[in-house]
Amino acid sequence: MSLLELKNISKIYGDLHALDNVSLNIEKGEWIAIMGPSGSGKSTMMNIIGCLDRPSTGEVIFDGKDISKESRRRLTELHRDKIGLVFQQFHLINYLNAVENVMVAQYYHSMPDEKEALAALERVGLKDRAKHLPSQLSGGEQQRVCIARALINSPELILADEPTGNLDEANENIVLGIFRQLHKEGTSLIVVTHDPEVGEEAQRIVRLDHGKITSDRKNEGFKG
Amino acid sequence: MFLRMVCGTFYRQWKKMLMIALTVALGASIATAMLNVMLGVGDKINEELKTYGSNITVVPQSESVISKLYELDEDVRYDYLKEESVNELLTIFWANNIVDFAPETDTTVTLDGNEVRLIGSWFNHHLEFIKKGTTYQRDTGLVNLRSWWDIKSGKWLDEQELNGTDYCMVGETLANEKKLSAGDTIRVKGEHGTKELEIVGIFESGDDEDKCIFTTVTAVQELTDTSGLIKKIEVSAITSPDDELAVKAAKNPSLLTGDEYDLWYCTAYVSSICFQIQEAVPEAAASAVRQIADSEGKILEKTELLMSLITLMSLIGATLGISNLVTSGVMERSQELALLKAVGAKNGQITRLVLTETILTAVVGAVAGYFMGYAFAQIIGQTVFNSSIEMNGMVAFIVAVLIVLVTLVGSIPAIRLVLRLRPSEVLHGGH
Repeated sequence: MSLLELKNISKIYGDLHALDNVSLNIEKGEWIAIMGPSGSGKSTMMNIIGCLDRPSTGEVIFDGKDISKESRRRLTELHRDKIGLVFQQFHLINYLNAVENVMVAQYYHSMPDEKEALAALERVGLKDRAKHLPSQLSGGEQQRVCIARALINSPELILADEPTGNLDEANENIVLGIFRQLHKEGTSLIVVTHDPEVGEEAQRIVRLDHGKITSDRKNEGFKG
Repeated sequence: MFLRMVCGTFYRQWKKMLMIALTVALGASIATAMLNVMLGVGDKINEELKTYGSNITVVPQSESVISKLYELDEDVRYDYLKEESVNELLTIFWANNIVDFAPETDTTVTLDGNEVRLIGSWFNHHLEFIKKGTTYQRDTGLVNLRSWWDIKSGKWLDEQELNGTDYCMVGETLANEKKLSAGDTIRVKGEHGTKELEIVGIFESGDDEDKCIFTTVTAVQELTDTSGLIKKIEVSAITSPDDELAVKAAKNPSLLTGDEYDLWYCTAYVSSICFQIQEAVPEAAASAVRQIADSEGKILEKTELLMSLITLMSLIGATLGISNLVTSGVMERSQELALLKAVGAKNGQITRLVLTETILTAVVGAVAGYFMGYAFAQIIGQTVFNSSIEMNGMVAFIVAVLIVLVTLVGSIPAIRLVLRLRPSEVLHGGH
């Protein structure tokens, strides 16, 4: 069953075609890695999938509905309700502690609930670090807080932009372990990465270059 | 969570918030000081100008009318008013704007073989009378109307303290010429008799009055056999600056429409006060000492304009300062604000967050500025007018409204920046 479908998407900045007539279908519960070199259009595709931006041309079908012409306000509501974002730079608010950073996403979604936020932190193994400020957490821990924040509103899709880009190997494994667990629980995952090892964890690997999809294959080595 | 985020901003950007508070405090203090001085300056300037004498004189309307009115003999050639007509000044609509007044009558007397002008007036007269069941009272006289007199020796003639009426004050030029000093007694010969007057004080006025003798009204009336009559009344009144309506009314009040007449009558124009004095004392003609009345109006108008401009400039300055500070604050926090958008915050919610932080800071600054402004107003009051400036409750309200407006207008560029902020550009670094 299709969760998201990109139909002939292009994103044009002046003379630059950041995405050039791209089509992609993502099934519910699927784990996809989007790979490619810098400037290949990965982040642009992530912004469009994450409802943070609109394509210049083409259609974006989310849950059976074309959202490519929706207003920014509607797109905000959509990514707030359906999508959890994980960033390479974590983007935690530095004056809020770990649990408060998770609760921020609750506050703008519905109502802050500390118990739920603590449960989300427990899920990523950080319940005992709930009252620590980001400056008191390691990079891996900050990324796990970021994942807990992405999970707090039970999104249909987790969209991760280079989630292990700033992590050492041990923390990378922890984060990938969390992704595996989420996938098992049925959450759809799209991971934008240029790291082949991270890409090989996904069920399906899509390669982008110069704004076009150059390959789209199932990962035979996927451990499920 | 909202409060936690607001507090977080105060904690993290305290230097910037302090600068915003100081900017607002400066603007609020100048606005408070200027508005307080401006609202009080009318009275202060009028008080100041009143020290330079009367601005209205009341004289008999015409000789023939007066002769008929007082049933004087045909050969009496003087113009007089009844002394008791002075009372009527306290019964007119603008009585409270009349700050001082004094009757005046004069004659030429002989002192040591020389002719000298003897002027009778009130010095610190206590006037009290009952009319239609209402008691009117006022202490008034030359002590206030000639406040610039420099008493060279002796003291002011104190009508309420001295017994009798045969006392006088002598101008310095005359005193030097006749070698007179306070405590001496002089003998003056008038048309209808001779009087011995004790000199209470020697004064310097800086004009022709230095060659005159000032005594009580009664003393002059006795020397001229004009009991109960005076020649004119000097009036010092607080007036509003003349405008087109006042000019039109001054030409002929009967040309005004009903509404114009009511407005003119109920405004303290010098012409409407004169008109009302004439209504109360029909045999008198009241006229403005135009030079002083005009000066008061112009000085008041220009001072208010200057203060308005200073207030406006300070508020514009505060607006620009707030604009720069809030905008740079938002730019510094662009990642944080973009993240809030990325987790679902709407533009309105982020705008509310930024405005709450800014307005809370502005409130702190405004309160501090209000009290600083109070202090500035007192400094201005003491330095310029030698008196304190009363705090006007309306000023607090006006300053509060102005500061809210300044803060909101100053925040507009920052809010536009917030609205233009795209998480896709800030969080991922573009395409």
